[in-house]
Amino acid sequence: MEIKIVRKVLDVNEKIAQENREMFSEQGVFVLNVMSSPGSGKTTILEKTVSSIMPEINCAVIVGDICTTNDADRLARTGAPVVQVNTDEFGGDCHLAAHVIENATRNLDLDSVHLLIVENVGNLVCPAEFDIGEDARVVVLSVTEGEDKPLKYPLMFRVCDAALLNKTDLFPHLDYNRESAIDNILQVHPDMPIFEISATKSEGFSPWIDWIKNRLREKLN
Amino acid sequence: MSVKIWAASDDFAPRCLKMHEMGIAMQIVEMSIASIPEEMNNVQVEIINLKVGKLAAVIPGSLRFCFDIVAKDTPLSGAKLHIEEIPVVVKCNECNKESVIKELSFKCEACSSGSTEILSGRELDIESIEIADG
Repeated sequence: MEIKIVRKVLDVNEKIAQENREMFSEQGVFVLNVMSSPGSGKTTILEKTVSSIMPEINCAVIVGDICTTNDADRLARTGAPVVQVNTDEFGGDCHLAAHVIENATRNLDLDSVHLLIVENVGNLVCPAEFDIGEDARVVVLSVTEGEDKPLKYPLMFRVCDAALLNKTDLFPHLDYNRESAIDNILQVHPDMPIFEISATKSEGFSPWIDWIKNRLREKLN
Repeated sequence: MSVKIWAASDDFAPRCLKMHEMGIAMQIVEMSIASIPEEMNNVQVEIINLKVGKLAAVIPGSLRFCFDIVAKDTPLSGAKLHIEEIPVVVKCNECNKESVIKELSFKCEACSSGSTEILSGRELDIESIEIADG
């Protein structure tokens, strides 16, 4: 005997993500979900990004890590409120799910926040699968990683709205094929905006910051 | 400067998703058990039919491994996961043609436009369960 079910396995997550999305819209908050593999430079990028955007736009950050508050401590120096989610309590979760974001936002006063940045757990696989109710997704690829990462993790590069190619200051020291990396991103996601930056040297940030501000205005105006 | 630490406990979030495939396996078990009519006793589920898109971040071997663990001591214990792999199909926004994506190039086969929409390939659906007769 066969019993029909016909449901998405991640139904529960998607339902909470939708509730988050409605809550963020009501509160007038634009939410950016930033994902990458570990060590690509997400935290440094976000330190510089938040510093450039504040005080013009009030920011808050939710940081996901399996352990430690190191990233949150660094981000808090920007002056933005920061909530650290340690996923080891969940058994070392490899991504932030919608219910985690829902609960983390209770620690923030969203009335005074217009840009909420979520620094997801460093991982190119699982976070791509979990909607958290964000408005835009961004993937960071650093030039110390393989040029073929977009082909190895196509879902991540497909579901994101923009890509950052970080650590470009290291080009002279690396045998890195920049064109190949960009071709691979565009193969999986043609027309995706790609911003080449060096977070440590604060280079190339203007187009990236403008992109965030434009997306934010599109939503909130 | 203030950092708030928020770490939820398991009793706070009973549905919290552990390792990726483990969380998915837990959801499959929960949804399957919920679909068994209350009046049926001593049910033995033999097969669970799933649809998994080729773009879904799920490794069938890992999913089966996790499922066998979480299905233990439930009516699903020993059940087999039948996984139907769904190809990635995109529809071109320019010429409306559909293309099956094979080489991870998400361009339209007909006109090479990069403006395409994913029609299938992201599925992670539970279709049905099959129960042993008698």
